[in-house]
Amino acid sequence: MKNQLLKYGALVTVVMALLSGCSSTGTDTTDTASAGTSVPSSQVSTGSVSTEGVTATTLGTDTAVPRVFYFEFDRAVLNAESTAALRLHAEWLRDNPVNVRLEGHADERGTREYNMALGERRANAVRDFLISEGVNGNLLEVISYGEESPASLDSNETAWALNRRVEMK
Amino acid sequence: MRKTGFLLSLCVFMTCWLPSAFAEFTIEITQGVDNPTRIAISPMTLGGRALPEDISNIVSADLDRSGLFNSIPRQNMLSFPARENDVYLRDWRVLGAEYLVVGDVTDHGGSYKVTFSLMEVAGGRKLFTKAVDGKAAQLRDIAHHISDQVYETITGIPGAFSTRIAYVSAIPKNGKMSFRLMVSDADGARERLLLASDEPIMSPAWSPDAKELVYVSFETGRPAIFRQNLATAAREQLTNFRGLNGAPSWSPDGRKLALVLSKDGNPELYTLDLATRKFTRVTTHFAIDTEPNWTPDGKSLVFTSDRGGAPQIYKLTIASGQVERLTFAGSYNARPRLAPDGRTLVMVHRDKGDFHIASQDLVTGDLRVLTQTYLDESPTVAPNGAMLIYATKQGSKGVLAAVSLDAGVKFLLPATVGDVREPAWSPK
Repeated sequence: MKNQLLKYGALVTVVMALLSGCSSTGTDTTDTASAGTSVPSSQVSTGSVSTEGVTATTLGTDTAVPRVFYFEFDRAVLNAESTAALRLHAEWLRDNPVNVRLEGHADERGTREYNMALGERRANAVRDFLISEGVNGNLLEVISYGEESPASLDSNETAWALNRRVEMK
Repeated sequence: MRKTGFLLSLCVFMTCWLPSAFAEFTIEITQGVDNPTRIAISPMTLGGRALPEDISNIVSADLDRSGLFNSIPRQNMLSFPARENDVYLRDWRVLGAEYLVVGDVTDHGGSYKVTFSLMEVAGGRKLFTKAVDGKAAQLRDIAHHISDQVYETITGIPGAFSTRIAYVSAIPKNGKMSFRLMVSDADGARERLLLASDEPIMSPAWSPDAKELVYVSFETGRPAIFRQNLATAAREQLTNFRGLNGAPSWSPDGRKLALVLSKDGNPELYTLDLATRKFTRVTTHFAIDTEPNWTPDGKSLVFTSDRGGAPQIYKLTIASGQVERLTFAGSYNARPRLAPDGRTLVMVHRDKGDFHIASQDLVTGDLRVLTQTYLDESPTVAPNGAMLIYATKQGSKGVLAAVSLDAGVKFLLPATVGDVREPAWSPK
């Protein structure tokens, strides 16, 4: 019973607050004291997120083989270490066709949407290499996170180098 | 079930009325004009009784924040007139006040009416008397409306104090970032939560009527563009393509979005007709094309492209498909936004190492670096074209800062919870 009262109390408060956010309409401002302007409402309400889980994949390559590949600033070229590791992943994937998610990332420098595009370009470089090694492209999903999901939250060269990456999942 | 209902309503209640992190906020003005105008705002009370919000203090803070005014502290005032007839000009002349604002508040059963006058002190001349009304919850709106009237009468430029800012804040949660889409008044007060998610939220942009936002949310595990009504919280997913779904920008007539999709292989600009839901691809280039922003006439888009080898800003005329490069100075120019005059382009600019906000006059081609802070990004221009807000870093924390378009006035917005980024100034 107490809960019920609280519930309705909270709801009533919300409704009242919503109502109080609505403005009265008024006439235009003039240079007299009698006419008035009504300020417009600035009501803001909160939306809700429905999160769907993303299906996990089971990449079975030896765990000693790197699954994160690093890049230079504003570049999407794979280095020798990355291509060596990707050849091993490709070999495994040719025999075990599972879905793989390639998440592209950028460091915090530069603009956010440009970095989204850059993260995608990096993940595409990994995808294209795997395809060239005989992996079925339909298994590979590219998602860019740009600079929104850094591996390191620091703001220096070491952190930036760690954040310019593609993660294979 | 009942308990869930209770918890849900409590949750809605709490998220809507988050205690403002900006409570007791102060704005630190780091640079102002050399000779700001001295103005006094006499306290506005309900016949001597204090109102729930101190209107005069809000007006003073608004005008001070423009950098063009220096308001006289209340404790220095010799009298507190509410009406023109109560004003003794010598009380204000001795304080060096050039202008004086007085206001009389009356209670009309749950709503307030403020009758306010602006006076020029030296000549003893009244410049106007106006009235504004609103509910108790709108006292801040009333104050900002008074600020707008005073600012416009003295400077000749419309005020932008009644506007709002949308932005994203990122807060560490269990070793990961948690994201919030927020809206506050332009002074940082009345912060409200629009959306909370454990996945990234990006790129908020306003509808021209300032009633809706579009933004990118990763809540489905992939980036998608959503629109959301501010008053009702109703939201709708607009895109669900493979690859990038990003950088939405609302057309000036409200009918279209410009956005970025990479469904055809690489990032290209598209327009989306909101009525017919038709997507039209407007760029064709193997390079990155992103961050579109409409020109005020709605006929062209300015955007970022690395088609020249590094990010630079280009202009696309939509009807003809003609593309023209706009920026040539600096090694990195991106995320263009046009000021309301359509002539001043602001952007993220890097010349030697650091990222700053720069403006470029599209007629003369002159480029000017406006900021000297660290990792500056996401400039957004006020609807009156006087100032821009941008995101920068203080230490490892993301904060918002402002600079006037002539670079004469600079200030930091009050600190809040988490990393604050991607401000978007409402168009009205």
